[in-house]
Amino acid sequence: MEMFTYTKAAGVPQAIEGGTQAQAKFMAGGTTLLDLMKLNVERPSRLIDINRLPLDQVEKLPDGRLKIGALVRNSDLAHHPTVESEYSVLSQALLQGASAQLRNMATTGGNLLQRTRCMYFRNEAMACNKRSPGSGCSAIEGENRTLAILGTSKDCIATNPSDMNVALTALEATIHIQGAKGEREVSIANFFLVPGNTPQHETVLEPGELITAVTLPAPKAGSKQIYLKLRDRASYEFALSSAAVVAVVNGGKFDYVRVALGGVGTRPWRSLEAERVLHGKAADEKLFRQAAEAALHGAQPQSQNAFKIPLAKRCITHALTLATA
Amino acid sequence: MASQKKSPPVHLSRRSFLSSLGAAGVVATAGPVLATAQTATPVAPMAANSTSETIQGAIPVSLRVNGKQLDLQVDPRTTLLDCLRETMSLTGTKKGCDHGQCGACTVHVNGRRINSCLTLAVMHEEDEITTIEGLGQPGNLHPVQASFVKHDGYQCGYCTSGQIMSAAALLKEKCGPSDADVKELMSGNICRCGAYPNIVAAIQDVRQQA
Repeated sequence: MEMFTYTKAAGVPQAIEGGTQAQAKFMAGGTTLLDLMKLNVERPSRLIDINRLPLDQVEKLPDGRLKIGALVRNSDLAHHPTVESEYSVLSQALLQGASAQLRNMATTGGNLLQRTRCMYFRNEAMACNKRSPGSGCSAIEGENRTLAILGTSKDCIATNPSDMNVALTALEATIHIQGAKGEREVSIANFFLVPGNTPQHETVLEPGELITAVTLPAPKAGSKQIYLKLRDRASYEFALSSAAVVAVVNGGKFDYVRVALGGVGTRPWRSLEAERVLHGKAADEKLFRQAAEAALHGAQPQSQNAFKIPLAKRCITHALTLATA
Repeated sequence: MASQKKSPPVHLSRRSFLSSLGAAGVVATAGPVLATAQTATPVAPMAANSTSETIQGAIPVSLRVNGKQLDLQVDPRTTLLDCLRETMSLTGTKKGCDHGQCGACTVHVNGRRINSCLTLAVMHEEDEITTIEGLGQPGNLHPVQASFVKHDGYQCGYCTSGQIMSAAALLKEKCGPSDADVKELMSGNICRCGAYPNIVAAIQDVRQQA
């Protein structure tokens, strides 16, 4: 690991001031950043410890929204009574991610910025356009069994590994950002970027900008929420395919439905295609299969991950079955 | 061997024995090794400032570990795990993968279990850190430690301190009653020997006593 200067930020303005300096990184839970620093994939020359900033509260806003501070730990968020009862898809997703120890460390803001598990990204000896722009993509001709089939480009097929992000996508979260130029809000749909020919850019965050909070819209009355995660082993493993569904069914028909996918996309994957198929229609298995077909319509498999197409379809179909049971 | 009989009783821990082996060199025969071991300095926490001149870029950090406050100078890159093991000689906490994947390094920070390999020592100035050495002592074992002994919850023992720290924290967490619930919440601790059935039995025994 390369040397860095370490500072503890006393407040958000000081953190942002430090964050705008060259090669600076914010340190929250550390579960991604320190891991990658040990691999020399991340080489910050300044680390700004933001753990003492007052961003660790979950609060219900007067207009019914839920405000989640960027430093709320994944375990605390998963077990928050309002999240458990009103946004259970988020609680389910968090508890199916990582391990109990990591959930005690990882933060809401940090999980949003979790980096891919693509083995070529994590190995500095290998070509990787995300880590070293222009060096090439080793995964396209290499080990790509776990990598993405949606949103890929000729330069990058890395999967976004987060479960939380999939649930936040189905819940239509808003990311609150503060930087040297002031505060702004970005919907989660616009927060993550597809790789295109600049896979090194994963989000719309500008250098020095700090995520301060995530807000969720007022809970959808009468909704049933499911996070279904399929993986190589029963626990402590990243998704091969996952689906977050938030659905309101009235008189057997979908009044409201949101579908987001994990493990298959280069970013958390909202499937407007599946939602269009489902909306207003009678909730039955035939319809679920049509929605799953629509969701995977544009999928582009690599040499080892074509299995993800039927797997993701079954994942969507089963999640919809559970959400409407 | 006659000279050995005249010596005071030898209380060798595995660590002090291995440390003295290293000091004596691998070519030494059994006799000299034992003689060295008897005079070896017991492993103790390094004096707070003994290394400050030699570490470039070291910064001061005050850590509270197992109820004791320690003022240290550490390289900011030092993980909490390395600080516990190398600076404080608290070697009960183990290094396995060093990437948060195996759980051998599990300690408690403010009563919650974390992977000490994925956090920096300098990040824990105001925290209460507990390691396996602070959980229980010989003759006064934590119930989870006693239960691991009773149920033979280990084979080689390398993952055991992490398993026990994880299990002790689990007792205070939201966890369903079944074995499957325990397995899910213990999935961050890998045992390459495969002692899982006895580990789960040890944890369930404590939970049922509580």
